[in-house]
Amino acid sequence: MGKKLLIHNDKVPNIHTLEVYRQNGGYASVEKALKTMTPEAVVEEVKKSGLRGRGGAGFPTGMKWSFLAKPPGVERYLVCNADESEPGTFKDRYLMEKIPHALIEGMITSSFALGAKTSYIYIRGEYFYVARILETAIAEAYAAGLLGKNILGTDFSHDCYVHVGAGAYICGEETALLESLEGKRGNPRIKPPFPAIAGLYGCPTVVNNVETIAAVCPIINMGGDEYAKIGIGRSTGTKLISASGHINKPGTYEIELGIPVEEFIYSDEYCGGILNGRKLKAVVAGGSSVPVLPAELILKTEKGEPRLMTYESLSEGGFISGTMLGSGGFIVYDETTSIVKNLYTFARFYHHESCGQCSPCREGTGWMEKILHRIIEGHGKPSDIDLLWDIQRKIEGNTICPLGEAAAWPVASAIRHFRKEFEDYINHPEKIRDVSYLSAAI
Amino acid sequence: MSKEIKFNEETLALVHKMMKRYPEGKHKSAVIPILHIAQAEFGGWLSPETMDYVASILKIQPIEVYEVASFYSMFNLKPVGKCVLDICRTSSCWTRGAEDVIKHLEKKLEIKAGETTKDGMFTIKTVECLGSCGSAPMLQCGASYHENLTLKKVDTLIEEYRSSGKQRSYTDLDYKNTL
Ligand SMILES: Cc1cc2nc3c(=O)[nH]c(=O)nc-3n(C[C@H](O)[C@H](O)[C@H](O)COP(=O)(O)O)c2cc1C
Ligand code: SF4
Ligand code: FES
Repeated sequence: MGKKLLIHNDKVPNIHTLEVYRQNGGYASVEKALKTMTPEAVVEEVKKSGLRGRGGAGFPTGMKWSFLAKPPGVERYLVCNADESEPGTFKDRYLMEKIPHALIEGMITSSFALGAKTSYIYIRGEYFYVARILETAIAEAYAAGLLGKNILGTDFSHDCYVHVGAGAYICGEETALLESLEGKRGNPRIKPPFPAIAGLYGCPTVVNNVETIAAVCPIINMGGDEYAKIGIGRSTGTKLISASGHINKPGTYEIELGIPVEEFIYSDEYCGGILNGRKLKAVVAGGSSVPVLPAELILKTEKGEPRLMTYESLSEGGFISGTMLGSGGFIVYDETTSIVKNLYTFARFYHHESCGQCSPCREGTGWMEKILHRIIEGHGKPSDIDLLWDIQRKIEGNTICPLGEAAAWPVASAIRHFRKEFEDYINHPEKIRDVSYLSAAI
Repeated sequence: MSKEIKFNEETLALVHKMMKRYPEGKHKSAVIPILHIAQAEFGGWLSPETMDYVASILKIQPIEVYEVASFYSMFNLKPVGKCVLDICRTSSCWTRGAEDVIKHLEKKLEIKAGETTKDGMFTIKTVECLGSCGSAPMLQCGASYHENLTLKKVDTLIEEYRSSGKQRSYTDLDYKNTL
């Protein structure tokens, strides 16, 4: 059993209530930080912990916090990114639904560190019932003096609000999220300025993922140095992985960073192996945006070393033979899956979610969807594969926000590793049958 | 739809309370939460009248509301059925049978995705990943997630919804405390 720090209490009855959460050690980090530490010391512990942003990019959290501008007399904000719309990702939902106070506690401790008097949790609109759970938890926290004026009798005061979105993947991009929170369309901003300088309402702002903020609690409780001992190298601590697709046990798992991918897929503690005893074909390891890898490359690196669940090991080999840990959305495909058709679902997704500001993204995602559609319908042309390759190359690096890359990488990697499958689709349309097997559902 | 576009006093008080969650002068931030309430109260979709009303509450230009409403996929700009069935069809759901669910519903309700049944009861809407990939296939109706669907479960659900005849909204779960 690996170490668990975030969802170890998820099975405790009524852990969603303040009472039970506190009986199980909840809000210790608020007590410790507010009563015995300075804000700078809290930031220092987070730096020492080596915690990296759990929203996808993996940027060191302590460093991000230290960039926050602090002009006198200007409000600062902490905004929690609970937009969670990257296909394959549902770990934040699990955490918020089961242990809402873990996030609220993290919001208070982190806001104290940043000197934020107000914080917002921006949650995707579809998670309305989760917003309800968070609201209830926040109300409990206010009643217990953990939020509001002079928290626990200290001179730190803080208000935390939930803000629901209304269905838009792009609002997970931090500047689009801020636009949306200001009551506008979710169009990403041109950077710089970065949110640390001019974020929400033009004020210095830190945007962090749900899991990142929740991880601040164990870091403060155990100390940054202790936290850094968990995991391997620069991949410190634990990570929530949401596993889905053709596996026996889909769900959210907390792993110690560093376990072998093979163990994660096949051990009964985690995914429990491939559904119906079929063979593994491919994995998207970190949400739809990261490169898809065939079985042999996800289990072992090109050098033949076992691939581990760490930021470094998953990206070993770059985009030629590696992928990324991303958001921890781990999607498994068995031997019956059509990679081309699956890619089509991704291409449709990115086209649907493009905000439309940059022409390479707006047009390119549409073209990729269209071309893939004609391929899966049996009307593809041999030149379509190169055309797809060309389009994705022209999107990458030419857009305001990384959604462009996110749309390009799945296409590039599918062609790189499964070119033959595209060719088969195009050259033998008469053989096409819908290979996605439908299932478990019936 | 003869209902007057106007919140009752209780809802209006709630809306004004919500606007106070944002700093002085920044109450435009509340536009999305208020649109959710308006959509739920005024027939499940946002008519121009409804959007104009929301603009008047927020004291902003109607265009500022239209441009927001048209950006987000949870807002319906055309009339919809009482139960909008949002069916996820992205990768993880697709691998576990989402297409079967869609086909089954299309056949059962005798409409295509994107359409509404003649009795105004159901709309089938295909959507992208709803963060329920580990319990695929799934559909959302109002605030409820229906997960690990089987065709049988879908049938039961439809019967249940049909016999209750109620409109389902994203804000169903006692939103008066939620927003
Ligand atoms: C298109 C796009 C979608 C994103 N969606 C999310 C999301 O749903 N949740 C999230 O935490 N970060 C998301 N991110 C990353 C955020 O922009 C940002 O890096 C993150 O919230 C920072 O938090 P962290 O440092 O704690 O990871 C997204 C980025 C892009 C480009
Ligand atoms: S890359 Fe796409 S989503 Fe991002 S700003 Fe440009 S058009 Fe919008
Ligand atoms: S792919 Fe359907 S909920 Fe995520």
